[in-house]
Amino acid sequence: MVEFRIDRQSGMAAYLQIVQQVQEALRLGILAEGDQLPTAASVARNTKLNPNTTLKAYRELEHLGLVEPRPGVGTFVSAVPARTRSLADSPLRGELSDWMRRACAAGLDWDDVSALVTAARAEHYPTA
Amino acid sequence: MGGTAPPGGGDRWAMEARGLGKRYGRKWALRDCSFRLPAGAICGLVGSNGAGKSTLLSLAARLTRPTTGGLSLFGTAVTEDEVLARCAYLAQDKPLFPRFTVEETLRMGAELNPRWDRAVAERIVRSGPVPMGDRVGTLSGGQRSRLALALAFGKRPELLLLDEPMAELDPLSQHEIAGLLMAEAAEQGTTVLMSSHQLADVATMCDHLLAVADGRVRLAGAIDELLDAHRLVTGAYLVDGVPPEIARHTVVESRTTGRQFTALIRRQGPVEGDWRATEPSLEEVLLGYLRSPGTPPLLTADAQVTDEHEGEVAA
Repeated sequence: MVEFRIDRQSGMAAYLQIVQQVQEALRLGILAEGDQLPTAASVARNTKLNPNTTLKAYRELEHLGLVEPRPGVGTFVSAVPARTRSLADSPLRGELSDWMRRACAAGLDWDDVSALVTAARAEHYPTA
Repeated sequence: MGGTAPPGGGDRWAMEARGLGKRYGRKWALRDCSFRLPAGAICGLVGSNGAGKSTLLSLAARLTRPTTGGLSLFGTAVTEDEVLARCAYLAQDKPLFPRFTVEETLRMGAELNPRWDRAVAERIVRSGPVPMGDRVGTLSGGQRSRLALALAFGKRPELLLLDEPMAELDPLSQHEIAGLLMAEAAEQGTTVLMSSHQLADVATMCDHLLAVADGRVRLAGAIDELLDAHRLVTGAYLVDGVPPEIARHTVVESRTTGRQFTALIRRQGPVEGDWRATEPSLEEVLLGYLRSPGTPPLLTADAQVTDEHEGEVAA
């Protein structure tokens, strides 16, 4: 089970934040195949998020083939993309962590690092 | 208009106003309001003080009668007695008997309401926790709100009308009460119309919006659609007045700061030219409409009253 955190200042639609957080939890191994996602009512209780927003996010995840609804029971993780399963302990993860440590030692703050990551990503993933 | 044609049954619309008006003495508190609220929506009712929010809630809760036009709930005129059981109203001051205990208050709920759901009411009270033996007068603001919501949800209403449900609560109680409201509405499929001044809450809790100003409807419909209909455009200020590529759209408001031109527009097709166009926030759209009374109101297809029954012009 995961807990969602809705950032009201991010400017990103709340349902997209949930989609993103589920995808991230899958990549990091926090969610595995067969796991249940929290019900819309329990997300509502914890984050005061409109239940329809959570359901919209779950429909989007279903559309992406990551989860499936079981009527009367809830929504479950149906597939974890094979490639992403090992991301948490891949060498790339370690290299990035090393890089972050060096950036931190060099005195870069959160915003500097975010700006560099965004710029580098834009260079290699032009359409994303 | 258009999109999906509503089926014959009146249950698709939790609320429908046609030419609704209310006059107190010489002053119109609400005037010529026509809109629809789909069943299942959680709708924020927003606007300045004195704009007509409380009047609209009072009309729906049958505390007062319309001067003109009509209001129906789930297809039944609000003047019919049968709407009483389907609708619950919670006033801002959450009136309860201070000398009653929590248990006595719940018993009163059971005796006054034929469809009373004791399990729901007790669950809401106990998760507080609100001690059953305590007198209402000794409860904290958050506990009183919880008890009032327990009474409202215990009635198993299809439509819940709330006047500033979170006003005057401390941050922790606000969070708990808002979460409770969302979770219970989700579990029972309740349609909610709640007035609020907290736009951040409206933006996360509500999927529909009804904005009133000066007694008239300014915005109504699904929040996603309302936001998508607008763009915030920024660019260089090169000509006097509103640039022609922008003037093609409905300009809600615009301003220039030095050489920068910024406008909130209601889109008529794509934005052309060298403009940075972003989707505005709920607050930006709402403030734009409240500041610019000359901009025509916007009701999305879902919120517009169509005339399949009568020949009367609604908008």
